[in-house]
Amino acid sequence: MRADLDIIQDWIPAGSRVLDLGCGNGELLAWLAEHKGVSGYGLEIDPDNIAQCVRKGVNVIEQNLDKGLGNFASNSFDVVVMTQSLQALHFPDKVLAEMLRIGKTCIITFPNFAHWRCRWYLASKGRMPVSDFLPYTWYNTPNIHFCTFADFERLCLAQNARLLDRLAVDRDHLHGWASRIWPNLLGEIGIYRISGPSAN
Amino acid sequence: MSTAFPQDSVGLVTPQVLHFADPLPLACGRSLADYQLVYETYGELNAACSNAVLICHALSGHHHAAGYHSADERKPGWWDSCIGPGKPIDTNKFFVVSLNNLGGCNGSTGPSSLNPATGKPFGADFPVMTVEDWVHSQARLADALGVGQWAAVVGGSLGGMQAMQWAISYPERIRHCLAIASAPKLSAQNIAFNEVARQAILTDPEFYGGHFQERGVIPKRGLMLARMVGHITYLSDDAMGEKFGRGLKSEKLNYDFHSVEFQVESYLRYQGEEFSGRFDANTYLLMTKALDYFDPAAAFDGNLAQTLAGVQADFCVMSFTTDWRFSPARSREIVDALIAARKNVCYLEIDAPQGHDAFLIPIPRYLQAFSSYMNRIAI
Repeated sequence: MRADLDIIQDWIPAGSRVLDLGCGNGELLAWLAEHKGVSGYGLEIDPDNIAQCVRKGVNVIEQNLDKGLGNFASNSFDVVVMTQSLQALHFPDKVLAEMLRIGKTCIITFPNFAHWRCRWYLASKGRMPVSDFLPYTWYNTPNIHFCTFADFERLCLAQNARLLDRLAVDRDHLHGWASRIWPNLLGEIGIYRISGPSAN
Repeated sequence: MSTAFPQDSVGLVTPQVLHFADPLPLACGRSLADYQLVYETYGELNAACSNAVLICHALSGHHHAAGYHSADERKPGWWDSCIGPGKPIDTNKFFVVSLNNLGGCNGSTGPSSLNPATGKPFGADFPVMTVEDWVHSQARLADALGVGQWAAVVGGSLGGMQAMQWAISYPERIRHCLAIASAPKLSAQNIAFNEVARQAILTDPEFYGGHFQERGVIPKRGLMLARMVGHITYLSDDAMGEKFGRGLKSEKLNYDFHSVEFQVESYLRYQGEEFSGRFDANTYLLMTKALDYFDPAAAFDGNLAQTLAGVQADFCVMSFTTDWRFSPARSREIVDALIAARKNVCYLEIDAPQGHDAFLIPIPRYLQAFSSYMNRIAI
């Protein structure tokens, strides 16, 4: 399984009800169903990914996150997951608010734009960072809303979300000493577990 | 002779007829004393009787869904693109049953059948059927064929409604429900179009209150108009634009009201003409009423999630982007209710320019998704 998903699955209780926003090929949901008795649904818009989900027997719903999540009832899922999609949304703040409304807890992963490599690229070249990990140029990138750990935590604060867990990892999803000491500089990917203000 | 058929066709098929002598109580309060159903089957029922798939037809459909009735038949069954060896509903794996619904005009008991009580055709005296009535009659057909539980019930449009009703009425007798280009109930606009179609038939001077058969005539004009109106709703604006545009039959305009001038007029008249020669007006009225009446959530104060609470089947719901008769939003109502009811469901919104008719057309992504879902069904 993808390394970030392996970390996330550990944060999802057995038997819970999960909504996976941007579920890709359904890897996480299929694994959770098989190993932890988790039931759930994945939202996806890529036809190939959807076909793979169907083949795996994952409950995949073709739905664009940018068009909202109003069709999901408040507090109707134990966990709402969104991996590596936050930065590609038109309204990340609205989706985050919706996630907090729908899920008792939310797990979100996203690339940290304040990682030292990004900072160095921008500072030294004066151009938008391009890397193996984020290989797009500014005009064709699907990642239109990059943020840093500090930015994200500010948004959480603004929405009265509670920060339950945070893990800063490198591109291999290793949680080494560096990303522990100075996450916003040395962590490449953030994995957050948050909940709404009213959740207990 | 069978070598003449395409390799991925079920080939030559022969319709079969089953007679039912047990009276069938109907939603309208009346009952059918005895009746017959005409159906076709493709593929073989396995020893465990676990591979049976039921095909439910739409408004003007019938039992001939796949294959050919003879070597000279010009076109195969209406859903031949999806049923056959290696096709989404793979007849190497599944035993497929396709029937003509009660009230139809293709061999099952309907308004054009003889009423045993009078010795004359039923005509307007044939009871109005509902989707629920059909499902009950289909359950009797399943019993007769030795099918205790369907691996899947599949249908598009009105057929999708029957598939849904199966999951609601007989939760333990269906493992998978595929509702394609369907809706949980008609909108006011849908009913309005049906009413225009009905009025076209009812006001045709040759309708004779539904007893035209006894007089040896058919309300051809009414039926033709009904079909023309219906056909407009089956196609998208884009599909019509692409197919006909403002193309003319001849070079110049005639400045009169009688000539067939635009290509689209010619097409609609042809469709209406062809349809009025093969379809029964009373059946058309009955089918549109069944559509209008379908609203399983009505018994639950309009709460569809509650209606689906007892469902055991897994669902696959598919819609098409340019379908405005049963738009993707209508399919999403079904999906949202299933999610709220905590049922298994896959939902696909296929990008297709063809409108409502898309469910009959071999669109690559549609066929691929359809195949993927059917392949995963355990038998």
